[in-house]
This record gives sequence, structure tokens and C-alpha cells, in this order.
Amino acid sequence: MGLFILRRLGVMVLTALCLTFVVFWLTNLYPNLEKLAKTQGNFRMSDEAVASYLGKNGYLQPMPVKFGQWLGVLPGWTLEDEGVVTGKCFGADTPEEDRRSFCGVIQGDWGFSTVFKDDVGSIVLTRLGLTGKLMFFVMLVMVPMALIIGVLAGMREGSKLDRSLSTFSIASTATPEYVSGVIFIAVFASSAFGLKWFKGSATSAMDSVTFENFTLPVVTIALYGMGYIARMTRASMTEVMTAQYIRTARLKGVKFSDIVLKHALRNALIAPFTVIMLQFPWLLNGVVIVETLFNYKGFGWLLVQAASNNDIELLLAVSVVSVIVVLVTQLISDIGYVYLNPRIRIA
Amino acid sequence: MEELSWGGILARMFIQLGPVWISLIVLFTVSMTYKRRLGLYGKLFDSTIGMIGFALVMFWVFVGVYGGPLDMLVTHDPLSQVSGMKNKIPGTPMRGAEEGEYAYFLLGGDNLARDVFSRLIKGAWVVVQIAPVATLFAFMVGITLGLPAGYYGGRLDTLLSFLANLILAFPVILLFYLLVTPEIVLTGIPNYMALFLFVFPLIFVCILLNSRYYTQPSVRTPLLIGVLGGLGWLYLSLVSSDGSVVATPTYSIPGLPAFLDLFDIDPGILVVFVSVVFVNSPTVFRIVRGLAMDIKTRDYVAAAQTRGEGPWYIMLWEILPNARGPLIVDFCLRIGYTTILLGTLGFFGLGLESESPDWGSTINAGRRLLALYPHAAIAPALALLTLVLGLNLLADGLREESLRD
Repeated sequence: MGLFILRRLGVMVLTALCLTFVVFWLTNLYPNLEKLAKTQGNFRMSDEAVASYLGKNGYLQPMPVKFGQWLGVLPGWTLEDEGVVTGKCFGADTPEEDRRSFCGVIQGDWGFSTVFKDDVGSIVLTRLGLTGKLMFFVMLVMVPMALIIGVLAGMREGSKLDRSLSTFSIASTATPEYVSGVIFIAVFASSAFGLKWFKGSATSAMDSVTFENFTLPVVTIALYGMGYIARMTRASMTEVMTAQYIRTARLKGVKFSDIVLKHALRNALIAPFTVIMLQFPWLLNGVVIVETLFNYKGFGWLLVQAASNNDIELLLAVSVVSVIVVLVTQLISDIGYVYLNPRIRIA
Repeated sequence: MEELSWGGILARMFIQLGPVWISLIVLFTVSMTYKRRLGLYGKLFDSTIGMIGFALVMFWVFVGVYGGPLDMLVTHDPLSQVSGMKNKIPGTPMRGAEEGEYAYFLLGGDNLARDVFSRLIKGAWVVVQIAPVATLFAFMVGITLGLPAGYYGGRLDTLLSFLANLILAFPVILLFYLLVTPEIVLTGIPNYMALFLFVFPLIFVCILLNSRYYTQPSVRTPLLIGVLGGLGWLYLSLVSSDGSVVATPTYSIPGLPAFLDLFDIDPGILVVFVSVVFVNSPTVFRIVRGLAMDIKTRDYVAAAQTRGEGPWYIMLWEILPNARGPLIVDFCLRIGYTTILLGTLGFFGLGLESESPDWGSTINAGRRLLALYPHAAIAPALALLTLVLGLNLLADGLREESLRD
């Protein structure tokens, strides 16, 4: 087991490295750098001005060198111009003895955001906190609902209840967040329908969460993920309900509710566990859409800002975080699967 | 003239969509009559869920085809702005309608005073055009790589699976934001990706025919020359525009000359198409690989191996046909997913032009005024919802019917 986790961690680091290099390469293509220079300077910069801006800020070095500097395995660039020394790791006004030669991710320095004019590490942390709040409520709504729907549908396969709940779960998987969000806002928050129960914007939820400002975004994300988990739960529940030990319990005369709750439920929940863990990366998608739609300035909003302004170091940090979320959830789902299902052994 | 009531709007929309209803009725009558002779497609008409799904899907297909290239159904030009119709509610009579012009904006006007109903129909054509073809390409890539990975296993499998997992670990939206930008189009990367991804159908068909007929060279050689020539021409027309395959400001790689070029693809559409194929193919790869690993242990594969059949014959003519059930079901689901992805791209304003009538862009344009004039965003939202729902129900019906035998 220890060896398995170690090997998985090795693959994870390799994957994260490859992916960040891809992001790095794409963001450092010349047209993107040109756009960055123009958003930093002005939009009518000449080609020479763009080149000199990029040269001054170390963007024109070879790609592997820049990537090494970002990682912190190569010393950061320094440039001497008319007696003033600037570099990646320090500004012109930093005292001589404080100037470090290495500043990269390994040293814990995530760089400087060109859009927010702030340290990338702290920006990402605050935004992640806000998104964590959103995700917490989403999980609180989504998981119990999905499990209840799945178990109710799966305990009597083919019944009317099963049919209607299954159709509901199909409908919920067929409704992407930008569709359900738009419909929810129009119905519950607009003046056109007259029902002004909730707010169409979640900006105020960043400071204080209330029922009024947080319901719509949470329900919007939860609805899309719910159908899939419910269908998986249903499938595993129907399988368990045909098992021999359930038949034995029925023949013994155990009450149906006891059979479902005591005999079937635990075995039926193995498959949904993996699915719930694997839903995290998908939820990230939903988070980006919902945060844009409801104007909630969390991690997804940050991703959109970083990507649309080609804020290289912020974008890299965002992609590292999201890639780690994906890989860690995969690892947890594998390990959890082994613990929940003793029939599976990983050497 | 007075505003129409909701009953009036629905009645007029029903009449306007007349050709679609007629086609649907004809299709269903013919299919129901001959359903016993139509294999899996015919069996679909035994399940209510499948029939509802199929009806929803075909509704949008007919709307797309009649409204797009044939230019029927639409009441106004989807791009022209009519003064005085800005943000008007559904059923508003058109101001200053002349003789021969349709007198109402059936679903109202959007914030640029364009007819929502006509844009909805034109948008259906964008989806009906891109989603199935992109899914088909993703399947070609996934099948061509997934079969050998599952059949041979070993190092090849490890490498391909690592690459697939690499792409899957990328959040889709981040990938779109990185790939689908005008700056990336300038670098020519989408063209290189198109060159790589679009060659897979060619390889697939080539291996498929070669493995079947290589024992009869007299049949195989002319067949392969004909098929490869035709497909190769299509491939070259697809990847080249204005006489070059890759054209960037600094250099260009020459392609098919313009007089041989069958069609040109707009670079905005191409980058959307390529990235959707790119995002979808690793999942297809994983499904095909899993199926191949499962099926290669069957007796008929062992029998074919004993007969001395080549590995590609076994993969394409023994394993693939027996994996068709799950693949067809996944194909339907994946078209729905691709539709959602296209909508996502539009929602973030990536790729397609902002005046494009596709549903995602329309939702994006309409969401800013959602609290006051929800109709401009709700109409495409409901359209997208019904199409994806239809595809999911269709897949569910197909799964049930294919499991039955």
C-alpha cells in the first residue's frame, strides 16, 4: 500500500510538471506576451516598445530557462541598465544583502500578479477560501440529496418511483450550470416573473452568507452534479438488492425498511464514494461558470481574470492548484475504494 | 396592431415550424411501420423514453437543417437590427413592418433589437453542424489509439494512458481559455492540432479496409487507392485554407492550392472544433481501452488468434463490432456533452464571434439584462436544455434496448 501511494505520488508530480510546462509554454507564446505587454503598457505600443518591455522584464529568455526560474531550480534573471540592477527576485530598491538569487515555487515564492499587483500566493489563498465556502455548501446539499434519490430509485427497480426519479436525474445531468443558473435567476430573482425570493448576485455572500444570496449559486452547482451521483447510486443499489443475502433477509421476514437501511445501504455506497470524489474536478468547471454568472469573486473568477489578461504567474498558480485538486481526489478515491471494499487489494 | 397573447405566440410558432412537424410525423410513421426490420434503431421505438428522446433530437436536427442551409422557418434576418425592437417582450408587433415581412417578433427582441426566434433557429444549425462531427472525430481518435492500447497493453498502454490522464487532469475551462484565443490562432497551433487530429479518420479507414482485404490484393489495391484518394482530398481541403496548411505572420506551410480546395473553414470555428475534439478524445480512449481489455479475453478472439489473423484484423473486425453497444450509447451522451461544451465556450465568449447566433453566445449576451428582460437568455437556454435532455433520453433508451438481447 505504501509503495502504491509513493508511486502514485511520483506520477502526480510528473503530471503536474508536464501540465504546468504546457501552461507555461502556451502563456509564453509571443502573441500572448505581446498582449501582456500591451495590457501593462498601452494598447498602441509599437513593436519595438513591446520588445523592450518584454526584454526588461525577462520574458525574452529561452523557454526552458524561464520555466526553471519559475520552478526555482535556476537563478532568477538580473539585468543591469544604467547602473540600476533589477531582477526577477528583487526590485531596484531592495538592499544589496537582501537580494536572493533563487525565487521560485520550490522556495515558496509564487510570483507577482500583473493584474492585481499583488503577491500570487496570497491572492490564490483568499480566493480559494471563498470557493471553499461555496463548495462546502454545495457538498452539504448535493451529496445527501443524490444519495437519497439514488437509494429510493434503486431499492425497487422498475417501479413508478424509480422511473420518475431516474428521469429527474437524467434531466439534472442534461442541464448545464449556465442554463439552470439563467433559468433560476429569471424565475426567482427577476422582476419579469415577480417572484423576488432570492438575489441574482452572490457578491454580498463573500462577507456574510445568507439564505437569500447563497441559495441560487449553491443549488445551481449542486443540481448538475447531483444527477450523475444519483444514477451511480441507483445502479449500485439495484445490483445489491438482487444479492443473495438480501433475498435471505427477505425470506427471514425482515422489514423492508430494515433491509434497505441495515443490509443494503453500506454495500451500495462503495461506488458512489468514488464518483463523489471524482466529481470534484467537474465541480471546478461549475464553479467557474457559477462564479462568473453570480459575480462571486472566488477561485473560478480568479481563473477567468488570470486567463483573459494572460497573467502568467497567476495562471500558473491557478493551474497548479486545480491540477493538484484533480490528482489528489483521484488518489483519495482509489485509496478509499480499497478501504471500503475489502475484495480489492492493491499490491 | 396589438401584442400577441402567449396562446397566440405558441400557435404562430407552431405554424411557423410546420415543415418540422411534417418531417417528424413522416419519419416516425415510416420507422414505426418497418421497425422490425431496422435492427437496434427499430427497437428504439419499443421504449417510450427512447422515443421521446429521439423525437426531441430529431426536432432540433430538422429545425437546424431547415433553418440553416435551407433558410426556411426563420421570420427575420438573425443579424439585422430593427429600430424600436430593443428588448421587446415576446409577441411584440414589429414596428414599421412592410408588406411581405413577418409582422411579429415571436420571442421578442434582444438587447441589439434582433429577433430572438430567428436567432434561436440559426443557432440550432451551429450546434447540429459542429457537435456530431466533432464527436465523430473524437471517436475516431479514441478508437484508433484505444484499441491497440487495450489489446497490446504493456509500454504502449502506459504511455498512451499517461497522455490521456494528462489531458483529463486539465480543467476543461482552463484549457479552453488557453487554446481558444485570437493570440493562439495567430501562432498556428490550432492548425497543427487539426493536422494531427483530422488524420485519424484516414488512418482508421485505411487500417480497417487493409486488414479485411489484404488477402485479396486485386480488390484491396484499387479500393484503398480510391478511398484514400477521396478521403485524402477531403482531409487536405479541411486543413488548408487560402492555399496553405499553416499560415502565421512569419511563415506558412503550403497546402492544397485554392482551386482544388473544396471548402474553407473559418479559423474561429476551426479552433473551437479542434479543442472540442481534443477534450473529448481521451475519455473515448479510456472507454475503448477498457472495452478492448475486457473483450480480448473472449473465446472468439482466441479463435481468431488461432486462425492466424493479424492483430489489426482482430481489433477492428472482432473486438470493435462487439463493443458497439456501449460505444453507441456513449456516442449519444457525448454529443450532448459536446453541445454543453460548445455552450460553455459561447458563454465565456471564446471562439465564435460575438454576433454568432449560437446558443451559448446568446445566453452570454442575454445574461447581463437577465433581471429585467429574461426572454433573450431563456429561449436559447431552454433550447439547449431540450436538445441535451433528448440526447440523454435517447442514450438511455438505446442502453435499455441493447441490454435486452
